[in-house]
Amino acid sequence: MKGKTANVGIVIVSHSPLVAKGTADMVRQMVGDSVPLSWCGGNPEGGLGTNAAGIFAAIEAAWSDHGVAVFVDLGGAETNSEMAIEMLGESRSGMVAICNAPIVEGAVIAAAEASGGASLAKVVATAEELSPS
Amino acid sequence: MQTDRELMLGLIEACHEAIVIHADDLCELDRAIGDGDHGTNMRRGCEAVYLDRERLCSLPLSQAIETIGMTLVMSVGGASGPLYGTLLIEIGRRLGARENEAHFATILGEAVDAVARRGRAHAGDKTLLDVLYPVQTEMVRQSALINIAKRAEVSAQLTAGMKAMRGRASFLGDRSIGHVDPGASSCALLTTAICRYLKEYRPA
Repeated sequence: MKGKTANVGIVIVSHSPLVAKGTADMVRQMVGDSVPLSWCGGNPEGGLGTNAAGIFAAIEAAWSDHGVAVFVDLGGAETNSEMAIEMLGESRSGMVAICNAPIVEGAVIAAAEASGGASLAKVVATAEELSPS
Repeated sequence: MQTDRELMLGLIEACHEAIVIHADDLCELDRAIGDGDHGTNMRRGCEAVYLDRERLCSLPLSQAIETIGMTLVMSVGGASGPLYGTLLIEIGRRLGARENEAHFATILGEAVDAVARRGRAHAGDKTLLDVLYPVQTEMVRQSALINIAKRAEVSAQLTAGMKAMRGRASFLGDRSIGHVDPGASSCALLTTAICRYLKEYRPA
């Protein structure tokens, strides 16, 4: 199944494991198993923070050949996500986008869009409509 | 290669010691304007590098530096992981690609620019760049190690007068003024440790 779905994957990255998991639960409730979904929360020791290796693994877990949309909370989550995306290598890194959107609302609305088979660009644009430009 | 090995081991030990000794101070600085974990994050990263020191020392210098950068990315667990990681990865790659062709100051300059891009930050934003840029300037001038270290320390202190434009501290706006930036402080500590070691290792 991995990579074979026609739907864009969703990854949630928070400094808090509880926020990341809770957001993923809300996404799951909305779209069930129709969208590849993964989350990463906290530092390598499980405390508050971020973790590039964990984010890398989460992107792998939610991988879709149609792309992956990543939702982040604060600065370090974004910087580490950018690093993790680069580590995927050139052929795959272009298929992953970090969305400039609120993490909970963004992830839920993006997943709803993705579950209908929308492209990565459409999924990202829909989520980013939530952010004041 | 024996020289590389000894040099690398000495640098790893010096950096590890500097961060372990000052981890609590760095957390204290970070508690004032951030989330209070800079010291523990940096210590986690330096411990990971330290534990791997034997293997790292067996690598060519450029490769060892790049690998240390990747270890920091994987272990630090804050924005400073990708920032310090990018610095070392870029230095290592450039050293490997152009050994004997470019001055280290040039390589450092390019690596610092990569850090600035990674953090989307500029000089004066109250970040580790406010130490890295002056250190690079001193290196271009071929200043003595002691002067490079002094400039790093003074530069870190000068971040107290700056308003944070990036990172968690930027949420505080003007209230970030008056506090030394923790990233700038760790950067000065590491610079000083490196300069001190190099001076002992290779007395000018």
